[in-house]
Amino acid sequence: MSTKVVERKPLSAWERSYIPSFLGGLGVTWNHFKRTAPFLGNKPITMEYPEQKWVVPEGYRGAPYLVKDQEGATKCVSCQLCEFVCPPKAIRITPPGENGQPADRANAEKMPREFEINMLRCIFCGLCQEVCPEEAIFLQKDYSLTGTSREEMVYNKEKLLKLGGTHAGIQKWKHKLEEAEAQESFPVATEPQKHSH
Amino acid sequence: MSAPVTPPATAATQAAPPPPETVTVKVNGKTVQVPKTMPNWQGKPEATTMLQAARCAGVDIPHYCYHDKLPVAGNCRMCLVEFGTPMIGPDRKPVLNEDGSPKIARSVLPYEPGTPRGAIACATPISPGMEIYADSPATKQMREAVLESLLINHPLDCPICDQAGECKLQEYSVQHGQAESRFVEAKVHKPKAVDLGPRIILDDERCVLCTRCIRFTKDIVNDDALGIVNRGSYNTISAFPGKTFDNNYTLNTVDLCPVGALTSKDFRFKMRVWFLKETASVCTTCGTGCNTTIGSREGVVHRLEPRANDAVNGPWMCDTGRLNYKWIARADRLKEVRVGGRKSTWSTALREITAKLSTAPAGSVAIVASARQTNEELFLLKRLATKLGAITDSIAREGEPDRLLVSGDRNPNSTGARLTGVSFTEAGIQLPKIAAGIASGTIRSLIVFGEDVTQHGIDASLLAKLDMLVVSDILPNATTEAATHLLPGAAAPEKRGTFVNVKGRLQKFHKAVEAPGDARPEIEFLQELADAVAGPTGTSTIEGLFNRMTADIPAFGGVQWSAVGDTGVTLSL
Amino acid sequence: MDFFQNLDPAVQFFIFSAVKIGVVFGVTMSFVAYSVLVERKVSAWIQDRVGPNRTSPPIAQFIPILGPFLTRLGIFQPMADGLKFLLKEDFTPNYVRLAYFWLAPAIAVIPAFLTLAVIPFGSTLGNPDNKMVIADLDVGILYTFGIVSLGVYGIVLAGYAANSKYPFLGGIRSTAQMISYEIAMGMSVVSVFLLVGDLNLSKVIEYQAHGGWLVFKQPLAFFIFLVAAFAETNRLPFDLPESESELVGGYHTEYSSMKFALFFLGEYANMIASSAMMVTLFFGGWTLPFLGEPASGLLGGLLHIGIFVAKMAAFMILFIWVRWMFPRFRYDQLMDLGWRRFIPLALANILVTALVVAFVNR
Ligand code: SF4
Ligand code: SF4
Ligand code: SF4
Ligand code: SF4
Ligand code: FES
Repeated sequence: MSTKVVERKPLSAWERSYIPSFLGGLGVTWNHFKRTAPFLGNKPITMEYPEQKWVVPEGYRGAPYLVKDQEGATKCVSCQLCEFVCPPKAIRITPPGENGQPADRANAEKMPREFEINMLRCIFCGLCQEVCPEEAIFLQKDYSLTGTSREEMVYNKEKLLKLGGTHAGIQKWKHKLEEAEAQESFPVATEPQKHSH
Repeated sequence: MSAPVTPPATAATQAAPPPPETVTVKVNGKTVQVPKTMPNWQGKPEATTMLQAARCAGVDIPHYCYHDKLPVAGNCRMCLVEFGTPMIGPDRKPVLNEDGSPKIARSVLPYEPGTPRGAIACATPISPGMEIYADSPATKQMREAVLESLLINHPLDCPICDQAGECKLQEYSVQHGQAESRFVEAKVHKPKAVDLGPRIILDDERCVLCTRCIRFTKDIVNDDALGIVNRGSYNTISAFPGKTFDNNYTLNTVDLCPVGALTSKDFRFKMRVWFLKETASVCTTCGTGCNTTIGSREGVVHRLEPRANDAVNGPWMCDTGRLNYKWIARADRLKEVRVGGRKSTWSTALREITAKLSTAPAGSVAIVASARQTNEELFLLKRLATKLGAITDSIAREGEPDRLLVSGDRNPNSTGARLTGVSFTEAGIQLPKIAAGIASGTIRSLIVFGEDVTQHGIDASLLAKLDMLVVSDILPNATTEAATHLLPGAAAPEKRGTFVNVKGRLQKFHKAVEAPGDARPEIEFLQELADAVAGPTGTSTIEGLFNRMTADIPAFGGVQWSAVGDTGVTLSL
Repeated sequence: MDFFQNLDPAVQFFIFSAVKIGVVFGVTMSFVAYSVLVERKVSAWIQDRVGPNRTSPPIAQFIPILGPFLTRLGIFQPMADGLKFLLKEDFTPNYVRLAYFWLAPAIAVIPAFLTLAVIPFGSTLGNPDNKMVIADLDVGILYTFGIVSLGVYGIVLAGYAANSKYPFLGGIRSTAQMISYEIAMGMSVVSVFLLVGDLNLSKVIEYQAHGGWLVFKQPLAFFIFLVAAFAETNRLPFDLPESESELVGGYHTEYSSMKFALFFLGEYANMIASSAMMVTLFFGGWTLPFLGEPASGLLGGLLHIGIFVAKMAAFMILFIWVRWMFPRFRYDQLMDLGWRRFIPLALANILVTALVVAFVNR
C-alpha cells in the first residue's frame, strides 16, 4: 500500500488568531439561521412527523412479516433457517412435531405450529428475508411499531400472516406435485401413507 | 478413547504382539506407512483399502455407501479417486526416474490412455508404492460428475427435510457441487412420506441408493426386510411384501442413511438439528449401557443417537433405548420437596431426616436403593447404611436378551450396585427380610431411592407402620404417595455420574438439561445427608467422590475420574 | 406608602432588600428557564430544524390563535422541562460518596446566584435611596471573584463524589481550566479599575455614564474577559469538563433528576452572572450614552432596569450562538490560550494602562 503524504501547511499568524474561523463560523450559522428562523426565512427542513408522513422508498427494510401465496396458503415451511440466522434472536419458531398439523397446501408437508417475532429485539437487518428458501418472510414498509407492553410486541404467526399479506411466487411445491401427477407412475402423498405395491 | 485398564500382572506375562506389517503409500504427495491389513466390518483382517489408507494420512475421501461396520458394496461411486502405481519394465523391474525415484504410472482408461480412470477408494486395496491423488483435477471432476448425477432426480427438499444440517449430500454439494443444474427435463418423482415401519418414514425421492439400510438390516440385524424394487431411474427402496420393517434396530438406518430418505417418526419435524446441543451420555434402558449422544435444546431433550464405542455398542443402539427419554419431560414429574405430604424446602427436609437418622438405634433403618442409580449415589447410600447398620438392597429387573445389544438385565447399573455393596450376588434377596423387619417393628425408618417398593413385597400397609419413609424418585408412584419425606430427584440426562455395565465397563455420562422445579441431582442431597450423618467425605465434587470411591472399593482398581474418557474403561472383575 | 415610610429605616432596608432578592431570584430563574428555550430554538434554527413546538398545557388549545402560536414557539416547554426534572426518579448509584454527592449540586448553584448580589441592575426606583443593587459593596468586584471561585468546588466535588472515572476526569479538567482562566479574568479587570479608581460596581457605572463605555477604552481587557467568561462558565468551545464525546457527561454523569437540574441551573445562572458583569464593567450597566443620570421617577427606574436586562440578553444570545459556531478546543490548546496568550496580554494591558493613567494624571 502506498502512502500519500499530505502536506500540512503551517497556519499563518492571522489564521492562528482564530478570527477567520470565527467569522467563517458566524457566516455559516447566520445563513442557516436566516433561512430557518420564523419571520426571516421560515423554511425548516424538519418533517413534522405524525401530521406529515414519509413516502417509504422501495427496498426499505421495515418490520419482517410472513406472507401467504396467491392461493392464501402459508408459505413458511418451518425450516427454522431464519431463526438460526437472526442475529438478535428475535425469531422463535415452534415446529409442528411428529403429529402436528400438516401444511395448509398440498405437498409442502409442514408449516410452523407457532412463529413469533419479538419486534423489540428485531434490528430490521433483513437476514431472515435473505435466508428464507421459501420466500415466506419479507421486510415490509412498517416502521412505526408500538405497543403498551413487551408481550404485545411479540407478534405471533396469526398476526404476522395478517400483516404480511400476499406474495405471489412460483409455488414450487404445487409445481412438483403437478409434475409428479403427470408422471402417473408414483402417487405423491401429502400425508404419511402406507407403502403400496 | 482411553485404553482399557489391564492388570499389570497379565500384561507382563503376555508376549508383545508382533509389529503389524506395513505398506508405504503416498496420499496427496505425503508418504505414509499404513498397516497391510485392517479389520473389516466384522473385525476380521482384510487388505487395507485406499479409503482407509487416506484416512490414516488424515485425508477424508467423500463416500456414501461405505461404512466401517457394514460390508463394502461399492455402488455409489462417490469415492472415486485417481491413483498411480509404480511402473514395471519388461524386465519386471521398477522403472526409475532420472533422480532414481520410481516412475509412477497414473491410472488411465486402457483403450484411451489420455483419459484418467478412477477407482472406488472404498473397495480398492492398496499396493506398495501406490500414490493416491485425493484432490487432483481428475478426481475433482469425477466427484463433480457423480454428484451431478445423484442430484438429477433429487428433489432438493432441504427446507422440509429433517436431514438438513447433517446431510452428506448437502455437505458434498457445498464442497464439490455446482451451483446450477444443467438438467432441464422434469425430475423423476417417487413416493414421498412412505410409512415404512412403525418408527420410520421413507422419502424415496431423496434416496441415493447407497443400500446402507439394506445391508444393515440384512447383515447386522439378520432381518431381510428391505430391498430395492423397480429399475433404472425408478429404483426404489421398499419393505419386501409381507415383511414389516419393525425390528428393534430400525432407527439405526436413519443414522446410516447419508441423506434424508429415512427419517425417524419420533424426531420428524421436531427440531432442526443445528439447534441441538450434543451431550455424551449412556443409555439407561438395559445393562449394556450403549453410548449415546443427547440432542437437546434449551432444556428439552429432542433425541438420542448412538455414540460409537467399539468396546460396548459399536455405532448402533436399539430403538427401545433410543426412544426411552420422553418420560423426562412428563408433566407429572416430581418437582417439589414434600414433608408429611406438604410442600417444603430442601433444608427443612434434610434437617429433619438428619436429626432422625442421627438418633436412630442400629438396625432400625433399612435402605432400598435402585440399580438405576449412579455408582457415586450408591456409594454414598452404602456409607450411610454402614454408619446406621442398615440392611440394603436393590431391585432386579429382567427381560429377554437379544443377539445384538439388548441385555437380559434391564437395570443400567446392577454391577455398580453389587460393587458398592448395596445389593448382594442377587438383587432383591434382602427384601423379604426388610418386609419382616417392618412388620415386626424393628425397622422404624425406610429410605427408598427410585423404586416402587409396593410392587416388591413391601406394601402400603407395611409402609404405614414406619416412623419415617424417605423416598427419592423422579415420577410419582404408590411409594412416593406414602413418603413422609419426598425428595425429587433427577433423570440421567439431568445429572452426571458413572455406571458399570454388565460386562464391567465403567462409563461416564454428562448432564444435558436441568432438572425441573426443585428437583436436584441425588448426589447433591445425598452428599449433604451422608456428610451430616456419617461424617464428612472430605470432598464436595463428583470427581472427588468418584476418586474416593475407586480408592475405597478394590474392584474399581483406583481408576481416577480424569482417566475415564467418554467411552469408559473396562474393570477387571 | 405611608405605612412603609413610618417604619424604622433598618426594617425598611430589610424589607426592601428582601423584595429585591426575591425579585432578582425569580427573574433570574425564569431567565434561566427561557434561556434554555432560546438556546434550543436558536440551535434548531441554526441547524435548519424547528425546535420545541409541541408542549402545551391543555388549556392552550382553547385560546384561538395565540394558543397554537405560543405552543409552536415552545413557550410552555420550560414548564414541562421543570416539571420533568422534579418528577424524574432521583437515582443515586450505590457506590458514590453520599455526603459530597448531595452537597456538590448545591455548591455549584449557590455562588452563581450570590454574585448577582453586587450587580447594579438599575439606577433607583421611585426614591433616590432605593438603589437597584442588592448589596452596594465597596469591594464589589473582589467579592465577585471570591464567590465565583467557589463555584469550582461544586464541580470538583461532584467529580470526586461520583466515584467513577468520567466524572472524576471532568472534575479535574474543570479545576485546571477554572483556575487558569480566573487569573486571566482577574488581571483583565485590573486595568478597568485602574481607570475607574474604585472597586464599587456602582462607581464603575457612574464613571461610564460620564466617561463613555469602558469597552472602547479597554477593548483588550473586554476581549480577555469575554473569552475567560466562556471558560469559567464551561460553555462551548471550552466545555471540556463535560465533553460528551469523551467523558459521557463529565462531572454530572452520575446525576439525575433535580440534582442534575441544579448543575444545569448553575451553568445558566453563571452565564447570566457573567453577562451582567460584562454589561456592568464594559457596557455602561443600565446607562445608555444619552441616558446617564440616575432616574428620578418610577418609569425612568424601570426603563433603566429594562436597558440592563436588554444588554444582558444580548450577551446571553452571544453565549448561545457561539456554542453552535465553534468546535470544542483541544485541552492543550485551551491551556496554551489561557497561560501563554491571555495572561501575558492582560499583564501588558495593565502596564500600558498604568503608564497612560500615570501620564494623564500627572
Ligand atoms: S430482520 Fe433481522 S433481526 Fe429482524 S427478525 Fe429478521 S433476521 Fe431477525
Ligand atoms: S420464514 Fe422462511 S426461513 Fe423462516 S422458517 Fe419459514 S420458510 Fe424457513
Ligand atoms: S437429503 Fe439432503 S440434500 Fe436432499 S433434501 Fe434432504 S437435506 Fe436436502
Ligand atoms: S434409504 Fe438411505 S440408506 Fe437406504 S439406500 Fe437410500 S440413501 Fe441409502
Ligand atoms: S463409498 Fe465407494 S462406492 Fe460408495
